[in-house]
Order: sequence, then structure tokens, then C-alpha cells
Amino acid sequence: MSGSTQGHFVSQLKRHYSLYTGGFIGFVVMLAILEQMGVPNVMLGYIFLGATVLLYAGIGILSRTSDVAEYYVAGRRVPALFNGMATAADWMSAASFIGLAGTLYLSGYDGLAFVLGWTGGFCLVALLLAPYLRKFGQFTIPDFLGARYGGNLPRSIGVFAAILCSFTYVIAQIYGVGLIVSRFTGLEFGVGVFVGLGSILLCSFLGGMRAVTWTQVAQYVILIVAYMIPVIWLSVKHTGNPVPQVAYGYVLEKVTAREQALNDPVTPDGAREAEVRAIFTQKQETAEARLKTLATGGDVWLAEEKGRVIRAAAELKVRPGADSAAVAAADRAVAEFPADVAAARAAWKKAADAAKAKAAPIPAHAEPFIGQNEAESDNKRKNFLALVLCLMVGTAALPHILTRFYTTPSVGEARQSVFWSLLFITLLYITVPALAVLAKYDVYTLLVGSSFSELPSWVSAWAAVDKTLMSVTDINMDGIVQLAEITMGGDLIMLATPEISGLPYVVTALVAAGGLAAALSTADGLLLTIANALSHDVYFKMVDPHASTARRLMISKGLLLVVAVSAAYVTSLKPGDILLLVGVAFSLAASAFFPALVLGVFWKRANKAGAVVGMVGGLGVCMYYMYTTYPFFGVNAPLWWGINPISGGIFGMAAGFAGVIVGSLLTASPDKEMQELVDHVRYPNPKGDIKTGAA
Amino acid sequence: MQSTEKQRQYWKKNLRLTGMLLAIWFVATFVVGWFARDLQSLTFLGFPLPFYMGAQGALLIYVAVVGYYAWRMDRLDREYAAQEGER
Repeated sequence: MSGSTQGHFVSQLKRHYSLYTGGFIGFVVMLAILEQMGVPNVMLGYIFLGATVLLYAGIGILSRTSDVAEYYVAGRRVPALFNGMATAADWMSAASFIGLAGTLYLSGYDGLAFVLGWTGGFCLVALLLAPYLRKFGQFTIPDFLGARYGGNLPRSIGVFAAILCSFTYVIAQIYGVGLIVSRFTGLEFGVGVFVGLGSILLCSFLGGMRAVTWTQVAQYVILIVAYMIPVIWLSVKHTGNPVPQVAYGYVLEKVTAREQALNDPVTPDGAREAEVRAIFTQKQETAEARLKTLATGGDVWLAEEKGRVIRAAAELKVRPGADSAAVAAADRAVAEFPADVAAARAAWKKAADAAKAKAAPIPAHAEPFIGQNEAESDNKRKNFLALVLCLMVGTAALPHILTRFYTTPSVGEARQSVFWSLLFITLLYITVPALAVLAKYDVYTLLVGSSFSELPSWVSAWAAVDKTLMSVTDINMDGIVQLAEITMGGDLIMLATPEISGLPYVVTALVAAGGLAAALSTADGLLLTIANALSHDVYFKMVDPHASTARRLMISKGLLLVVAVSAAYVTSLKPGDILLLVGVAFSLAASAFFPALVLGVFWKRANKAGAVVGMVGGLGVCMYYMYTTYPFFGVNAPLWWGINPISGGIFGMAAGFAGVIVGSLLTASPDKEMQELVDHVRYPNPKGDIKTGAA
Repeated sequence: MQSTEKQRQYWKKNLRLTGMLLAIWFVATFVVGWFARDLQSLTFLGFPLPFYMGAQGALLIYVAVVGYYAWRMDRLDREYAAQEGER
């Protein structure tokens, strides 16, 4: 393509997307007016989600294509800036958009591992992979493994690993889609999953990477606007400064002072907290005592205990002037009494743990690695750093991100495009910790100490929607809210921010649309990666290399449909929790791809045997460790060096690097052709260069 | 294709730049993280320093690292006239 047509294309894109952004803001304003006119909230939610989903489908239809390069890599003419936006949307998932603020709210400094990991990984992408993959210029990541190491074996392992980690990750995204659609429209979860899926398919089915790219740019605009508006508002409310990223340092100081006051029993607020905590300590002790007696007493004692609980409730009812709340609590204790020993053990263990957490002093938000003693704190530090490394390397190895850098016009633009990606991603990640602190300030100063008879409206509204997200119970019966009496789910922070800052419902709908955009854009990229690995790497490269273009695309689209429907089916079974799926996906990607990809570029001596050993070894070690240590699988083997299962990838990575190096050194050097390929990807345009780039 | 002296120089410069930037990345992330508890008493814009680094400082450093790499390599490409032709 000549320079002037590309220049024309870029200016055209800029014009279209500026118009689009303006139009989107106009749409939000229009809905705000509708809200003032009295249109009900549910209706606004429907219009908002419906309009955005139609928009994505519309872009998909406009970008339909039957050209192979357009379908797989958007014609390799996506300018750096726009590829940056698309990558940012591709990258930021439902977990980032909705979950991260809550993680930071609940775990303070230690939660920053996610912020660091999910941004710092792009340094590795930029320095070690993106320009070289672009120079190589094929369609998929297994393509690179196949060409660099030769033969179908490295390619097949690559395909297997790409499908494994993308499928795990896509389930987490579709889960998020189902959650948002069901919460904001009232549809059932399963239905929500398939509605969301419909829009993903309409988009990627017709236009492949080309459609996904231009949709993702549109989705980035929506998700960043949706994140910024409520946070800026909250910042103005608490600091008078519309730049939350700058303003929240001083809010953090106030939060820290407030934490100290609440932890100090000498202050009036601290005394009330101490009172509630003492009640929780008592509950913890009761549960622990029961557990202890249960271990020796078994069935017989459990039956006796049940008798005692029933008698206590009966006695309470006949006592004159008994408190109605106490009677209700006693009745609940009877109704919820565990049926057998196993259930009792589980229920009381849970009760003891929950009470223990509530009875502990408030952890300081900004303090790193809080532990009861030095060893515990050191262990937290070790796990923090391991998680950061795992997430970074996983970032630099997830195939759906790496393929995006095949779509730029040149190596130079691939490098610039990583810069734009990271800049757009940082814009959100720099705001998330600010939101966590601002929300914490709101809760600690406005909610704590308020009276139960006049709770802020967002508290009662969300408590009515979902008890796990928000519940306040007057534990010490003083009519005033104490911090230990509040139970909050992490996802609430982002979802409730518009209401906490006192914004109209239309902003809540905007946040839902933003969350949906984040989940859909990531799911789009992942599904395409899986389908392309199957159609391009397995079918075209291994089964039928002479297949016609039309046939390749048909197979591709058919597989996309099959993969999407099976992913939606698995999701509707609600397997495990989102954080587990995300952790598994990152660790698997880090272990399987990173060593073979990086050494493939930087170490000429790396050969096929090494790559096979490294990839299989890395994947094997990582899967083994996660299978034996994640409580979900029920094996519960001891941890290696105290590293939590979510960071299991660091063992896989180590095994991967060791495997590639040892395997390569034990076998013959790669042949001249391979070495030339390495030279080819290293230099942007050397003399006598070989050609690997497909159209 | 035999790699020329010019190409070896280009690659060596690239490696040196990459190594240097990776070192900055490593210090901003892992060294600061390792010593987070010891740096807790220092403050910056109202933040304790380790929190600031984790929530903002390191991120800005990453952006700078990636941006500088893109700019510097672009210049290096031109110096070595290795710039890819538009296709």
C-alpha cells in the first residue's frame, strides 16, 4: 500500500471515530434527558445495552470480508494509534473493569499486584516480542512456533496451549457478560450469556479480525468514558479536584487517619468498633469450641446440640418481653442448623473464619504485606512479587494479545502501537486505585457512624439487589453503623460508584455498558484466537494446505460458531470463580509460550527438541502444580516454597526456560534455514532477506 | 543470507537498549516491591512512596520505557537504513 492511501485511511479513521465519540456522548445526554422526563430505570438499561450491542453488530456487518488477510489480521493496515485502542479493549476484561477496584478496596497495597502485572507485562511485549512477531508477519502464534522450530509438533503444542488458555479465559469473560446482562435487564443468567454471545458472533463471524478490530476501538471509547465519568465525579465530591489520580493522595492520608481512629478503642468511634469486634471474637470462639467438641462427640453430640438450640429458641419465645429480633435470630439458628457432621464441620469452619476476619483490626490500606509476624509478612511479599511476575509474563504470552501486533502496517508501527496500547491501558489502571481509595473514604466517613434508620440510598438499594454485594447488620444493637457491621462484595465498588457519587441512573447504565464492552471485546479476541488456531494452524497448515480461500474462511467461521456455543454452554454451568479462571489462563500462557517465543528470537541455538521439551515441560509443571494445590480440585497438596496456586506459572516458566535450554544443548544446532529466519526477524529490512510475510 | 557487520552492530545496540530498559523495568517493579516495607516512611504527593510506585509511578515508568524504545529504535532503524519499505 502506498503512503498516501494509508495517510488518507488514517485521517478518515480519525474523522469517523471522532464523530462516533461525539455521537456516543450525545446519546448519553439524550438518555439523561429521557431519565429526567421520567422514563423508568429498567427501560434505560435496556436502551443502553441494546443500543451498544446493535452498534457492535453494525460495525461487524460493515466490516464483513471474504479476504484471508483481512479476516485473520485486518489487512495489516491498522495504524499504531488505533491498534493501541483495540489492544487496550482486547486486553481489559470484565475482571479489570468491574472486579479490580473491589480487589484494591479489599486488599489495599497487596491488590496492586494486578495493576503492576497487567501493565508491566507490556514492557515485555514491546521489548521482547511485538516487533519480531510483526516482522515475521504471519497469522497466528503457533505459526511462529511452527516456522521457527520446524515441523508440526511445536505448532501442535502451540495450538493446544493457545486453545487451553484462551478457552479458560473466555469462559471468565462470558461469565461477566451473563452477569452484567442479567443484572441490568432482569433476564436470566443463561439467557444473558446467549444474548451477549449473539452480539459477539454477529461481529466476529462476518468480518473476523477486521470487524473485531474496529469494534474494539469503539468499545474502548465506551469503556474508558464509562469508567472516568463516575470516578471524576466522586473525586470532585470528596476533594473538589476533577483529576482523581492526583487528588487521591490526600484522601488516602485521611483514610489512613480514619483507620487509626477506628482501630483505637480510646476514640468514641473506635470504642464502638471494639464492641462489635468483641462480639465477633465471641462468635469465633463459639464456632471453634463447637468444632472441637464435634471432632470427639460426632453424631451423638450434634443431635444433643441441636436439641439445645431448639430448646433455647422455645424458651426465648415464652419469656415475657422477649426482643423480636432475638427471637428471629434464634429461629434462624434452628432452621439453619447443619444436617450432618460433614455439613456442620463446613458451616462452623466458615462461621469461625468469617467471624475471625471481622474481629481483626482494620488493615491499613497503603501498608504493604501486613502479617501477624515477620514470617507471614515475608511470605506475603514473596507471593506478591511472584504474582506480579506471573501476570506480566502471562500478559506477554497470551496469544490474543500478541496476534494484535500482526495487524500493524510495519515493524516501527508495531513498536509504537505497544506504546499506545500501554498508554490507553494505563489510563484505566491508574484510575482504579484512585477509585478504591475514594470509595473507601466515602464508606469510612459517611457510612460508618451514620444511623441505621437513615442509611444512604445506594446502600439499601444494593442490599435489596444482592446480599453478598452489600449488607449491613446492627450487630451491637446501638442503631449506628460500624465498619465491622458492613459486609461488601468487591464487585460493588465499581457498580455502585455512580450512586455513591450521587449521579443519575443513566451513569449506572453507562457503567454497565462499559463493563459489557470490556467483557465482549476480550471475548471477541479470544474466540477468534481459538477458531483461527483450529482453522488456520490445524486445518490449513496440517490437514489440507491446498484448501481454497473460500473454504478456509468457511471452515474458520464454522469453527468460530462451534467454539462460541461450547464456551457459552460451559459458562452456563457456572464453573468455579472468575479469579481462578483468570489465574489459570495467565499461568498456562506464561509457562507454555513465553520461553519458546523469547528464546526463539534471542537465542539462535534454540531448536525444535528444546522447544518441544520446554513447552511440554512448562505446561506440564504448571498444570500439575495448579491441579494439586487449587482447593477447587480438592487435592490440597502442600505448596512449593509457600507459593499460592494462582502464581503456579512461575514454576511452569522456570521449567519452560530450563527445558528449551537443556533440550537444545543436548541436540544438534538448528539448520541454516532456521538461523536465517532468526536473522530475518531481528533486522527490519536486511539485504538478501528471505520472505516469511504472508500477504 | 550472511549477517553483515552493520547488522551485527544494529543487533548489539538493540540488545544493549533492551537490556537497559529491562533493568529499569525490573528495578521499578521488583526492587521497589521487595523493599516496600522499608520505604513506607517516605511520602510523595501525600502517598507513602511504595503505594505511589505500585499504583502510579511504576506504570508511568513502563509507559516511558515502551515509548522511549519505540522512538529510539525508530531512529536506529533510520541510522542503519533498515527501515522497512511500505508494502
